[in-house]
Amino acid sequence: MQTFYIIAFLSIVFSILVISAKNPVHSILYLILTFFTFTIHYILMNAQFLAIVNFIVYMGAILVLFLYTLMLINLNKESEPVKPFMVKVAAVFGGGILAVALVSSLKLLGTSAPVVLKDPNLGLVKNLGKVLFNEFLLPFEVSSVLLLSAMVGAVLLATKDKEPKATI
Amino acid sequence: MESLTNTIQAVPLNHYILLSAIIFSIGVMGVLLRRNAIVIFMSVELMLNSVNLLLTAFSVYRGDAAGQVFVFFIMALAAAEVAVGLAIIVMIYRNTNSIDINVLNRLKW
Repeated sequence: MQTFYIIAFLSIVFSILVISAKNPVHSILYLILTFFTFTIHYILMNAQFLAIVNFIVYMGAILVLFLYTLMLINLNKESEPVKPFMVKVAAVFGGGILAVALVSSLKLLGTSAPVVLKDPNLGLVKNLGKVLFNEFLLPFEVSSVLLLSAMVGAVLLATKDKEPKATI
Repeated sequence: MESLTNTIQAVPLNHYILLSAIIFSIGVMGVLLRRNAIVIFMSVELMLNSVNLLLTAFSVYRGDAAGQVFVFFIMALAAAEVAVGLAIIVMIYRNTNSIDINVLNRLKW
């Protein structure tokens, strides 16, 4: 029980550091740490498949993509845009209002039952694979089409436009 | 692994909802606060991840595997979204030499 609170505290601290770090590379590195704490949350809930997928896909693939894009773009200190102070205050205020609204609506629920893992096999690869390929077979195939179209779209968008030919 | 999962048994569901709500709000704050397009994207990832955590917690709470399968689909969606979004950012950078979102106000009005 104690472990959850320590890890939850760490994930909140790292996610605050993500949005407050001046250097974008630092905020990507803090994002990696945040996702690592999420992986620990999944392990604590015995969702082993999701823990592995979160580790490989998020920390491996997506953040490497972010880092590579950042290096391609080659930001320097002067080009880092800064918002005016009042806009920052308004942004923090707006986010805080959202948090207060969510938390206070949670208070109306009263006390809740603890999260108890009834079936220890719930998050294992074997069980999830059976569910995925029986009930969710069509969405699984559709998601492969989605990934393919995303790949084609990314290549199409990121390639340089050719110089328009001079009209004869 | 058994002893590890026994440690979680006493955490109320409300605390998971609280954690997810706080991290989601931090993501919203990041979107409003920053002007760097890549950092805004990372805040969106933060929001997606907090929803993933909440879905997993509910899935464990209800003993239903469908929630965890849904998290898997959200991860596939996030990967596709990041690929296309970063391609758009690279394209914008090539055209305007900046990724400040305030430069991109030509669609306004």
